[in-house]
Formats: sequence, C-alpha cells, structure tokens
Amino acid sequence: MASLTTAGPTTAASSGTAPDISLRGIGKNYSGVSVLRDVDLDIGRGEVHSLVGENGAGKSTLLKILGGAVRADHGTLSFDGEQAAISGPRDAIRHGVSLISQEGALVPAMTVLENVFLGRWSNRHGLARRRADRARFDELIDVTGFAVDPQARVDRLPMGTRQQVEILRALARGATVLAMDEPTAVLTEHEKENLLGLIRRLAAGDTTVILVSHFLDEVLAVADRVTVLRDGALVITDAAAGLTPTTLVRHMVGREIDVLHAEPAPVPPDAPVRLAARGLRRGLVDGVDLSVRAGEIVGIAGLVGSGRSETLRLLFGADRAADGVVEIDGETLTRLTPRKAMAAGIALVPESRKEEGLVMVRSVRENIALASLAGRRYGPFVRPAAERTSVDDVSRTVDIRAAQPTAAVETLSGGNQQKALFAKWLLREPRVLLIDEPTRGVDVAAKTQIHRLVVELARNGMAVVVVSSEIEEVLGLSHRVLVLRQGRVVGEFPRGAPREDVMAAAFGHA
Amino acid sequence: MTLDTPTGTTTPRPTPASTLSRGARVRDYGIVVALVAIVIALSLSTDTFLSTGNLVNLLDQCAVVGLLATGATVCIISGVFDLTASATLALSAIVGVQLVRTVGVLGGFAAAVVAGALLGLVTGTIVVRSGVNSFIATLATSIIYRGLAVVVTAGSIIYPLPEQAEDFGMLTWPSVFGLTSATIVFVVVVAGIGALIAATTFGRRVYAVGGNVEAARLSGIRVGQIHVAVYIVSGICSALAGLILASRAGSAQSSMATGMELTAIAAAVIGGTSILGGEGAIWRGVVGALLLTLIGNGFNLLGWDTIYQQVVQGCLILVAVAVDRYLRKRGR
Repeated sequence: MASLTTAGPTTAASSGTAPDISLRGIGKNYSGVSVLRDVDLDIGRGEVHSLVGENGAGKSTLLKILGGAVRADHGTLSFDGEQAAISGPRDAIRHGVSLISQEGALVPAMTVLENVFLGRWSNRHGLARRRADRARFDELIDVTGFAVDPQARVDRLPMGTRQQVEILRALARGATVLAMDEPTAVLTEHEKENLLGLIRRLAAGDTTVILVSHFLDEVLAVADRVTVLRDGALVITDAAAGLTPTTLVRHMVGREIDVLHAEPAPVPPDAPVRLAARGLRRGLVDGVDLSVRAGEIVGIAGLVGSGRSETLRLLFGADRAADGVVEIDGETLTRLTPRKAMAAGIALVPESRKEEGLVMVRSVRENIALASLAGRRYGPFVRPAAERTSVDDVSRTVDIRAAQPTAAVETLSGGNQQKALFAKWLLREPRVLLIDEPTRGVDVAAKTQIHRLVVELARNGMAVVVVSSEIEEVLGLSHRVLVLRQGRVVGEFPRGAPREDVMAAAFGHA
Repeated sequence: MTLDTPTGTTTPRPTPASTLSRGARVRDYGIVVALVAIVIALSLSTDTFLSTGNLVNLLDQCAVVGLLATGATVCIISGVFDLTASATLALSAIVGVQLVRTVGVLGGFAAAVVAGALLGLVTGTIVVRSGVNSFIATLATSIIYRGLAVVVTAGSIIYPLPEQAEDFGMLTWPSVFGLTSATIVFVVVVAGIGALIAATTFGRRVYAVGGNVEAARLSGIRVGQIHVAVYIVSGICSALAGLILASRAGSAQSSMATGMELTAIAAAVIGGTSILGGEGAIWRGVVGALLLTLIGNGFNLLGWDTIYQQVVQGCLILVAVAVDRYLRKRGR
C-alpha cells in the first residue's frame, strides 16, 4: 500500500516554526443558515488559543475551516501574512495545520506505528522500511512522553491512547498547529492531566494549539487566550488570565447564569428502598452491591474501566448478569432483559446517544414515542393524536427546542438530543431512572436544565442512579456517592464529601 | 415540573432543519417528479401510451416486480436484505402448483401463500439465530431454496391438471375497472403492507430496528422477532408474485424469476429507501418498480431496440442513488 510516489523519510517534524494565523471575515452557511458570521481572529505562534461557546455557536466549524475539513463561504485565511486557499486537509497540512477530530480518523485494523505514518511510510523503491519508521516513532515518543506500544492494533486501544496516536501522527506530518476538537471529552482524569501537560510543553516548543472545549476550568488552566463565540459571531477574544468561568459563561449565553448544581431535596427518612442489587457480576463488574431509596439520587464515580457503565447496564438487563440479584421494591427480577426492566419501572439513559440512545435518522417525535408505543395504540395502530399530545407535553417539560417535532433527531443540538432521550423515558413514568453520562457533549445551559430535571424527578419520588466521568457532576447531583474500582464498590461518601477523598478512593490510594 | 430556562435566549435559534424543509421536500418527492416526467414524455411522444389497454398492461407487468419490491422495502427499512425473494417465489409457486393438482386451484393458491410465509419464517430464523450478516445468510439460503425447487420438480416444468388449466389462469383475468386480477392482488397487498409499516406500532418498531438496533433493543423492542416478521412479510409477497407468474405461464419451474430479487432491491433503492435502513416507505418501492416497468414499456412503444433497455435501467439506478446522496449531503 505504500505508494511509490511517496518520497523517502519525510520527517517534517522539523519543517519549521508555526505560522502566524490570521482570519478575516470568515463566514459559513449551511443550507441558508449562517453558522459563522464575519469572524476576525489572529492566533500567534506558540499560542494556546481556546474556542468556547454553546453547542451550535460555530466553534467546531471554525476549527474545521482551519483544518481544511470545511470550506468557508466568505473571508480569507492567511499564514504569516500570506493569503492561503485551503480547499482540503492536504492544504491545511501543507501550512502545518493538523486537525485532531473528536471521532478520530485512524485505521482501526492497523497498528499504532502504521497509523502514525499513514500513507507516508518509509520505503525504498516501494518496499516498506519498518525499522526507519520505528526510529522516527521513538523520536516522537521522546518529544511527547507518551507511552504507546507501536505494535498494538488501534481498535484494541482505549480512547485516550487513540487520541495520542492521532497527535503523534499530526506531529509526524510536521504539524506546527494542532487544532483539537473536544480532546478531553473522552479522557479519564489522569489522561486529561497528561494531555494538558503535553499541550503546555508543545506550546513552549513554539507549536500552536487551538483547542475547542466545553470544560471551562480546563480552558482557563491551559490557554493563553480565549475566544468566545455565540450564534456564529465572535463575542470576545481575551487573555485567559483575566477571565473566570462565570465571565466566560456570561459571554457564551449572553447573560449570567447559575453554573452551580441544582441542590437535591432531602430524602424523606421513611422512603422505602426502591432498587437493590447484590453481588452483580459480569466482565469488569465484580460483585457490586447497592441500594437506592425512593427519591434518592445515588452517584457512581470511578475511572474508565472501573465498571460504572457496565453496572448500570446490568441493572437494566442491557447485558445479562453472570451472577447477582436485582430487586425492585423487594421483588427479585430474574433473567433480566430491557423489556422486563422496563415492565418493572426501570429506565436507562445510556452512555452514547448516537449508538445506544436515539435512532438518529428518525424524527424527534418518533424517538420520544418509541419506548411507550404500547400505551397509545388502537389495536395494532398508533394513535397519532394521542402521540402528538403526549410528546408535545413531555417536550415542554424537558424544554426541547426543535424546529419541528417531525425533523430528524440528528438535526438537533447535543443538548436537545439529550433532552429528547430523557423525554422518551419520562413518557413511561419510570420509578427508577438510571442515567449514564447525563450531560456529555451538552452545552452549559442545557446542562443546568438537565440537572434541575433530575433533581425534580427525585423530589417526586423517583429513585435515580447517576454515572458520570465528570466527578463534579456526580458530587453536585447526588445524595450519596459510591466509588467503583475494578468492578467493586470501594467507598461510599455522603453529599458534600471532599472531591479529593472521592478521587483518592477511585485511584485506590486512599 | 416544567423547567424554567436559565438563559434569556429563549427564541429558538433557526436550526438547519427549519430552512431545510424545501430541500428536504425536493429530496423526498424527487422520484415522483421523475415518474411524472417520464409519464408526460411518453404521453406526448406516443399515441398509445395513454390507451386503456396499455395502462392495464403496464400495471399487470408491474405487479410481480412491485410485490417483490414491497417485500424488499420492508426488509431494507428494518436493516436486512432478503436475497431469497426469487427462490422463495419459485419454491412456493411449485408447492402451489403441486397442491393445485390434489386440492384444487384455490386451495393450492392458499397453500403457496402459506409456503411463502413459512419459508420467510425459516429465512428469518436462520438470519437471526446464526448472527451472520443478512446479505450472506440469505444468499446461502436462497441457494438452498433453489436447490430444493430443483429437487421437488426433478428439474422439469410442472403443470396443473389439464381440466384445471383455465381456472389456474385466473390471475390474468380482467377484474374491476378492467384491471387484471394480478393488479388487484398487487394493489390490495401493497395498501395493506403500506398501512402496516406507516401506521402501526409494528411499523414504528421496524423503522427503529433498522435505524439503530441497539437503541431499539434498549427501548424494549424484541429485535429478533421484528426481523423474523419482516422476512415472513417478504415471503408472502414472493409467494403472491410467484402465483401471478405461474398463473400467467400456466406452469411453474425451478428457474422462475431468477435474479429478480436484485431487481426488487433496485426498485426499492430507486424509490429512495435508504440502503442503510431506518428510512424509506412502501410507496417508494412501488414507484421504483413502476419506473423500471415504464422504461421497458417506453422502449416497446417508441420502437427502440430493447437491447439497450438494461443499460438505461442500470443508468437510472446509478442516477437515482447518486442524486439521493447529493441531496442528502447538501442537506447536512
């Protein structure tokens, strides 16, 4: 596959310094709707520049324009003062810009080494020279300090490591400007720290890093300057040192909002135990016990691989437990399947909207109606009027902003999609709500709304279990936090417990 | 329990969906525009196209492919392929003719439909239980069915008893509005299955399973049952198509309708049903089948050399899918 036209070793890792980037009047329309309007931005060499904004503010589009994945409709892009026509990722790479996307663009069935030098393998007359690649790889490892096995197949690697492979590839191509879209969204706390450290080191070595992120603390910790976008327009560009999360949020949404977590109502002392599990076991999950009372929100914290999501899936019967018991109101549910769990009043908001939660090509209404079809039928037929009423009601409850309920759910923003997922389950009026990542990829305003919704549901007597990779979210929402490590509950903390204690339990050096 | 919005920006931002609707409509009904255009072109360029005789003939010709396309569309919407369609057609028609000889014409026809449903049940069970990709699993199953058809007939053409021959041709008889009985069967079945898919909870589940299997399963849908059910629907469509062909020919044989499962899939796709599942509609399969039939009809009426017909049909499929892809991409 090594093409003969590829020149020999092109280690461009030293192909010079990062350009000064200048954008003027950048605009972009999608089917008549402008997602970027007249954006002027200058990014200097070796700067860490962060783009923030709500979902749909245009930050990812701006990043993609820089990376050549999307073409601007208006405006100009200059590198070191020279206007450049970027019509594809190849042009961007020529100017040193490399896009590290959210989804990843690696070849899953190839090794790390093959991916890092994808299409540019060292070769002599078309014959691959693996040893030369290996030497170049080791140089990159020295620069980045990553610990990646070059022979590992990419599809067997965790998300965090895959991202490192992408960064290595960008550097191997001589990238001097790294454009990263939500790089920390899929990372564990530890991986996140490593990545932020690397960004600082790269910037110190004159590599420019442009970072799109939802995590404002992280943005302020690592960026030199921050640009806030709102509805496709640039609101402000300022030094990070002079900004706080509160001021950033104010710029993002147009006014100050309460970024604090909603406070859960106290659980009545006589509230019965609604959900109980004992000795749950399967794969990563190695004997989990838990119990949740009516009206109680129990958070589950833990590192990636601790078995948090897997535990929720076992409670819902999404995977069949090898061992253990799940009880609702004291009654044991045997051979649990999603259908049985639903019949017993359990609902699961799964980890990934796109893969497990929503049927992306179907309409908002159909998606919301999907789990409760049997409740609104006349013989075999759907009752369209009843469905419309129910869906409209619940959409108002969770505040879904969709142009039309008949639009495909994939056209909604992440926040509205997540609300649709909640709406689907609320229509069943569940007694137990299991939530895996309540607000992943959701903008600040929607996040607050979802938190309030969860608190409100618990106040009305629902038993809620929340799993989140964001430790603040778990701590902020829950009455009680369970910490999982290696598939077991290793700690239990009351509301208000210090973050450090929970983290220590999760990492196992308590 | 209503949530107050924490932001002041309550005016819903125009999402791409709202202004996209015009483009979406063109995409949704582009195929109908194409159909109408061809109808108008043929009406203007020939005297014979709009004659009753030709239209009756056209619908009669469309019935077989239309029924198969209906079955194919249901399967594709639910995210599976049924490559057994034409083999099921042959095998159930053969079973039908065999039984016509012993239990009479109507009994034999009913037996053929039951055989089609049972074969669909078997195909569906094989696909669901084996876990093999439906394309491969039904390809293998279709070879088995074709083989069984050869075994049952010993490779020869089978006929009803001589005194049954006239009744056996009943599906070619004229019926209401002068349409053939075959056309009536086609229209009734398509209307029934169209309602099943568009208006029932079963239909909703079919779309959900095709659009996202895991999300459907986690919404409490028994995915395996849905898939078995769509293969049964497809089997029934195949059996009815087989009866129409047998009734026309006055016989059945193991090589009936070879390759027509692909024509059926082509018709479904031309109509605009997404090969990826979760999208599409029964009427689209019918429109696709009508388009393919119209091209053949047009060639005849215009006196063009029919040796080019397949080339044109192939081009049509490519154009239909390419335009669909283009419009979708622009919509994003």
